Amino acid sequence: MKKNNMTIYSNKKIANSIFEMVLEGEIVYDIERPGQFVHIKTADESPFLLRRPLSICDADKKAGRMTVIYRAGGAGTRLFAEKKAGLSLDVLGPLGNGFAINGTEVGKRAVLVGGGVGVPPLYGLAKALTTKGINVVTVLGFNDADTIFYEEKFKELGDVYTCTVDGSAGYKGMVTDVMKREHIDCDWLYACGPKPMLRALECQYPEAKGSLSLEERMGCGIGACLACVCHLQEDPSGREYRKVCSDGPVFPWREIAL
Amino acid sequence: MNRLETNLPGLSMENPIMPASGCFGFGEEFAKLYDLNELGAIALKGTTQEARYGNETPRVAETSSGMLNAIGLQNPGVETVINEKLSWLEKYTVPLLANISGSTMEDYERTAAALSAHKRVCALELNISCPNVKEGGITFGTDPELAAELTKRVKTVSHVPVYVKLSPNVTNVTTLAKAVEKAGADGLSMINTVTGMKIDIQTGRPLLANGTGGLSGPAVKPIAIRMIYEVRQATDLPIIGMGGISSVEDVIEFFMAGANAVAVGTANFTNPFICLELIEGLEKWATEKSLSNIQDLHINEVKTS
Repeated sequence: MKKNNMTIYSNKKIANSIFEMVLEGEIVYDIERPGQFVHIKTADESPFLLRRPLSICDADKKAGRMTVIYRAGGAGTRLFAEKKAGLSLDVLGPLGNGFAINGTEVGKRAVLVGGGVGVPPLYGLAKALTTKGINVVTVLGFNDADTIFYEEKFKELGDVYTCTVDGSAGYKGMVTDVMKREHIDCDWLYACGPKPMLRALECQYPEAKGSLSLEERMGCGIGACLACVCHLQEDPSGREYRKVCSDGPVFPWREIAL
Repeated sequence: MNRLETNLPGLSMENPIMPASGCFGFGEEFAKLYDLNELGAIALKGTTQEARYGNETPRVAETSSGMLNAIGLQNPGVETVINEKLSWLEKYTVPLLANISGSTMEDYERTAAALSAHKRVCALELNISCPNVKEGGITFGTDPELAAELTKRVKTVSHVPVYVKLSPNVTNVTTLAKAVEKAGADGLSMINTVTGMKIDIQTGRPLLANGTGGLSGPAVKPIAIRMIYEVRQATDLPIIGMGGISSVEDVIEFFMAGANAVAVGTANFTNPFICLELIEGLEKWATEKSLSNIQDLHINEVKTS
């Protein structure tokens, strides 16, 4: 983990409120797995104290670049959206443990399910899995047609099922509806998105192997402040806990109380 | 000559900069980033008799130049702190200030006795000002008589000097400071967070699961400066100052107000290397000013007329 300035190589809008930013810098060489994240300061002097945790979408070590995708939803992330190429950002990372894919067997199928801004880390994962020779099927869920991103990129790596809550593009409904309708069964299931989506997946595929990645409000991002803790399924109201930032953000299915 | 050397009751420090309790855990995460012995001291995460999970999430909310938190004193309990956290810290020589909390006076006494008996604990910080727990904590910090009684009882059982951490959520902080001084406190640390609230206008509900939280960060610095200044006029007790420190200029301002050492809290979340940067910056500043020791700084520095 390093704290470094990274240079913005590009920063562009790819869907409604959704931006793709490519960053250059040393931190790229420390990335070990898809699913890790970086913690980025919004500005040198800004009223926003806390960094913003963004999952790493893709890393190109040859070029020394990585891609992050964010939703400019709040005042802090809107500052990111205004940044032009050539400027630098104060980045802490890579942080967290990513997706472990060493258990997957060549020739088997992995289903990747992403919801909204939970989609980005699955892109790096899809690339890692296909490189290993695993067939990847992706299910992408968005609110509406305007917020869809990366559908074409995932199509380069395998079959893609896209759905929207309002039905304005793709299948109408939730990711789990589509998966039921299309009889998508999973040997390996990987997902990132809102907790209700993860909960529905866990219900529908109680035997799935693989892992999920959690989103949570964070403070330090390194495990010290205890802002992002979560309960465990075996002890849902007890004292045992995991920290999303440093124990996760990727966890095995059925470990975390969702 | 060490211009930053600072000696306070129980705390023989190479410099007056320490991470604040609750913002540094027990040091394990930061030990991966730098040598903890570089710090003046470490104020450990608030510890209670029994293990606590704390509040549900969301536990933090950002506000303008500040942050609200309602962690709720999550900690593994005094036994685990001694057996695991303090044992791990034995490989360091940096002075440790153990922060203790509880629901009852007996809780505080038991935790104080156990922690202060550990060879690595140099002083206790009595947390009577946590705004995020339902019992104990701040109730002891807003009533001068209760604060004094608790201080006296903890002093009786403690093997090391006791610093009392004061709350800003009172009308007159000086009354509290005088009360705990009379009860035998060896020092003060101030301020804890300021109780606040943020409402999510989409849902109409408080953003924090706990409803309210403690405000920290640069937003509270002027409150801390004013309170330390007021208390300094009323007592000679050593003061560990804290509240929004994020630059060398802030550290100097706290010293001028009357602090003898400072603790850095929220800034560790923005920049995990902040304490080291402040130590280096303060050393440079003291050298430029030809200040033989940082403790000379606060004497007669603030003129109000």
